[in-house]
Amino acid sequence: MSKPATHYPNAPKSQPSKRHTLAVIVDNEPGVLARIAGLFSGRGYNIESLTVSETEHEKHLSRITVVTSGTASVIDQIKAHLDRLVPVHRVVDLTEQGEAIERELALIKVVGKGEHRVEAMRLASAFGARTLDASLTSFVFELTGSTEEIERFIKMMTVVGLTEVSRTGIAAMSRGPEAM
Amino acid sequence: MSEMMTGAEMVVRALQDQGVEHLFGYPGGAVLPIYDAIFQQDKVKHVLVRHEQGAVHAAEGYARSGAGKVGCVLVTSGPGATNAVTGLTDALLDSIPLVVITGQVPTHLIGSDAFQECDTVGITRSCTKHNYLVKSIHDLPRVLHEAFYVAANGRPGPVVIDIPKDIQFATGTYSRPRDNQHKTYRPVVKGDLAKIKAAVELIAGAKKPIFYTGGGVINSGPQASALLRELARLTGYPVTSTLMGLGAFPAADKQWLGMLGMHGTYEANLAMHDCDVMINIGARFDDRITGRIDGFSPRSKKIHIDIDPSSINKTVKVDIGIVGDCAHVLEDMVRIWRETGAQTDKTALAAWWTQIEGWRGRKSLAYKQSDTIIKPQYAIERLYQLTKDRDPFITTEVGQHQMWAAQHFHFQEPNRWMTSGGLGTMGYGLPAAIGVQMKNPKALVIDIAGEASILMNMQEMSTAVQYRLPVKIFILNNEYMGMVRQWQELLHGGRYSESYSESLPDFVKLAEAYGGHGIRCDDPAKLDAAIMEMIETPKPVIFDCIVAKEENCFPMIPSGKAHNEMILPDFEGDTGQIIDAKGKQLV
Repeated sequence: MSKPATHYPNAPKSQPSKRHTLAVIVDNEPGVLARIAGLFSGRGYNIESLTVSETEHEKHLSRITVVTSGTASVIDQIKAHLDRLVPVHRVVDLTEQGEAIERELALIKVVGKGEHRVEAMRLASAFGARTLDASLTSFVFELTGSTEEIERFIKMMTVVGLTEVSRTGIAAMSRGPEAM
Repeated sequence: MSEMMTGAEMVVRALQDQGVEHLFGYPGGAVLPIYDAIFQQDKVKHVLVRHEQGAVHAAEGYARSGAGKVGCVLVTSGPGATNAVTGLTDALLDSIPLVVITGQVPTHLIGSDAFQECDTVGITRSCTKHNYLVKSIHDLPRVLHEAFYVAANGRPGPVVIDIPKDIQFATGTYSRPRDNQHKTYRPVVKGDLAKIKAAVELIAGAKKPIFYTGGGVINSGPQASALLRELARLTGYPVTSTLMGLGAFPAADKQWLGMLGMHGTYEANLAMHDCDVMINIGARFDDRITGRIDGFSPRSKKIHIDIDPSSINKTVKVDIGIVGDCAHVLEDMVRIWRETGAQTDKTALAAWWTQIEGWRGRKSLAYKQSDTIIKPQYAIERLYQLTKDRDPFITTEVGQHQMWAAQHFHFQEPNRWMTSGGLGTMGYGLPAAIGVQMKNPKALVIDIAGEASILMNMQEMSTAVQYRLPVKIFILNNEYMGMVRQWQELLHGGRYSESYSESLPDFVKLAEAYGGHGIRCDDPAKLDAAIMEMIETPKPVIFDCIVAKEENCFPMIPSGKAHNEMILPDFEGDTGQIIDAKGKQLV
């Protein structure tokens, strides 16, 4: 939830809060991630997911995908604050442009024997997860999908012996021919 | 032209190439090579301060009084850098262009908790507009010049360049970049013409308009002030300003309503509350201005001109938000106004002025005069009357004296008023005055101070004496941290917890101890003569003006209240009952 950006109470804050996925193109220079993370923490915004990687090596450009939530005015503020950072080239609100494609990758370790082991294997194949490692008592699965799919898979795996989860956070892109 | 030289020499050369004349700083182990390079030239003059915070404030004063100049600072690593942090934050909040160079331990020692090491870029990331750690000599020339571009363009702000000692010794090729820009950072300065046209239409159709101007007009340069005056003349509309914007519009003009906000005039605040079209030029709807947000100018259409897109719709929703530099947008506005032959509603405007004159008639800056003690408002009034023909530059510390100065000292020109607005930094005024005097050696520079604030950077008196800077420190001495005391009276039942200025030094002797001149006055009848003595003394002066102890700074919008709920100076009743429980939680 957003805090009212004023010292004074009863500021309008009844707008609904909404989840937004932002793609931010930045110079891949030291400290740029700290600058962005610091902006969110310093101004009291949420980061729900954050992924970063250099996407254009010759130009030293990185793409940062941030999932955040807030009222429409808070989201506008976040975008404006991001955009005025010196190393930021562009900020695109993928959510504003219609349903964007969002995917994340999860590695899931399951430990168990007997019936649980068989069930884990069956569920993994139902979800289309790949088996990256197997031992007599364990599996490591890889699943790529939407956040909701991954959440469902993890929930299932909890019942059959989930011991460890590693997730990448969201990578996102708009649909259609338009590039950002 | 490229030349081989050391990193330290590059720093000094870049400063020269940027036209820097004065550099405020303090040496230390991690900047010795740069100090050595400074020693071997005489284009850039170094001003040795007594504390790094003083260096940054001095550079702020220098930049603010020099319209468009970037202030420069050089400090060492570790404590040098951390001492600069308050000044950096101050400059960030007040949008003052600075380039601050900090020394750093050699690159191979970074991260080892070396002597006088601190994570300068980490610490200053949130209190600078941008910062750099230079890890290669090849990056240094570009970064040095880029820093000046970033500091001065768009919304101005402080930029830190952290330079490890080995980079200062390393040799590389120096060349001045041709375009002197950042490779991608290009702030928008021209406003959207369609929006400006819509704004002109809205302005022309207004029945109860007001110009609400801010520091953005000052930062945009003298041209913006001239255009503001022109637009005001064309329209005949009333003008008010924030603390930061004083001087952009002449206080002597009859369209001037005085400052608005928490300690603004009744007429300015009521006009803001009742207006139908508000034209915000380079101000940011700060909480000191708006008071209670849901009661802020409830019936107006709002136009907001700001160079920083994140300022628009931040706290107050506006109808027309124009991103651009004030001078550029005002230029377009004035041009379009003329081209379209825009006309104001003369009848409505006359009625609006009648209403405003009614509010003005309340005389919200009035106070009870006394024959026996000096009222602080009277002291400022006399200071103004006796100095106004000398085009003085005024700096302040923070607190009651600052607000009284803003209310009772009147500014006719921009860049004459240097005060810590956003951060509210006690100890700002003296070092800022030093910077102002350095930039304007012949000018009369006065730091209007409080006895508590002045002690926060008192050591800079030594700097003033060393460089023969005849700054005048005019202390309104009420033996209290006056604004703290006032809030304790209003909010905490008059329990003056730790706000009494105990064990004050003898300011006259203190001035003499530093090699300056000291004056004390506690008699209203002798005040004028004492002020004249101060003005005519050609060296630093500390003027200890003993004033009424428990005077409140009114008018005031109490916390949690709206513009139309001001406390006026003739309030009679229990001041402790004005602010309710909710209001007490606010700052």
